Amino acid sequence: MFQQVSPHKGALPRQGLRAGLRVGFTLGTASFLLAVSFGAITRSQGWAAAGAVLCSMAVFSASAQFALVSTLGAGGGVASAVVAAALVNARFLPMGVAASGSLRGGRLRRAAEAPAVVDGSWAAAPLGGGRFDRRVLFAASVVQWGLWGAGTALGGGLAPRPHLLTSLGLGGGAPAMFLFLLLDAPGAGRLYWTTAMLGGVIAAGLSFLLPAGPALIGAACASLLALARPLPKEDRDGPCRPQANDQPGTEPIQ
Amino acid sequence: MTPWPAIAAVAVLSFALKAAGPTALGERELSPRTRAVITLMAPALLAGLVTTGVAGDRWRTVDPALLVALTAVPLLRRCRLPMPAVLVAVALLATAVRGLTT
Repeated sequence: MFQQVSPHKGALPRQGLRAGLRVGFTLGTASFLLAVSFGAITRSQGWAAAGAVLCSMAVFSASAQFALVSTLGAGGGVASAVVAAALVNARFLPMGVAASGSLRGGRLRRAAEAPAVVDGSWAAAPLGGGRFDRRVLFAASVVQWGLWGAGTALGGGLAPRPHLLTSLGLGGGAPAMFLFLLLDAPGAGRLYWTTAMLGGVIAAGLSFLLPAGPALIGAACASLLALARPLPKEDRDGPCRPQANDQPGTEPIQ
Repeated sequence: MTPWPAIAAVAVLSFALKAAGPTALGERELSPRTRAVITLMAPALLAGLVTTGVAGDRWRTVDPALLVALTAVPLLRRCRLPMPAVLVAVALLATAVRGLTT
């Protein structure tokens, strides 16, 4: 029997708007200090505080924003910085595809909903079977968006030392957060852990040669292990249909 | 000087990368095979995000103190600590290791 992985049912309840807000606040708090650091770094490079805040609100991606400022700070040109940021954000391609079934409406509306796909929300919202909890996804993203912008404004306003984050041991916030989410998978079976290990190994190897974005796309290919397993009987007969225990807000698009 | 063209370009590209998949797929239902693959994207990408976060730029900026601190996460998770507490513990441990080794 194919085991549908439903992570986060233990420590991170995913049903409903309140759960999404709670997840968003937890994740947003973790990234708040990263946002402060980003704001501080941009001020050290001569950015206007408003520019840093607008960047955070419009891009809403820590890795891309830090790739942007790092490349510019190292003397790279605008083109190099933009390419670096885009490569890091390439991971959003498979994430967007994965979440597509849980977005609503036609192409325009789905495109408008797509910015909610950010790492933490995407990782906290899956229900198994390729579906995502819309309420968790959007609520968590909205809260994180607000905290991300607020943190950037604080960093841009206070302009603390750019290396404050590292000297205080806070630079590991993002990897620790993702490791926590990875481990928060009660009932995850062998396939889940095998896929995780393979994804980590692929990313580790590719990281010697490529920026983070392409390395992450390579890691995502570990999910193709699912093709090596037979489908459960109820899925062999045709496209997945809504099940009796489907939660509101999670049904596939009709 | 604020690099407004770079900010605008990154913002547009970020939006495009997120919207490309949902826009291309439209309202089509994903096949069971595709949904099975998507189910496994979470562990694959999470492991990748941890690895690339540690690796930094082509493994040239690895922080040994962070590596040590991250090994505590499974144990802290077993103690049923919430995420914010785990993140604070990781930060403190990384700072302590850094202080002991410098």
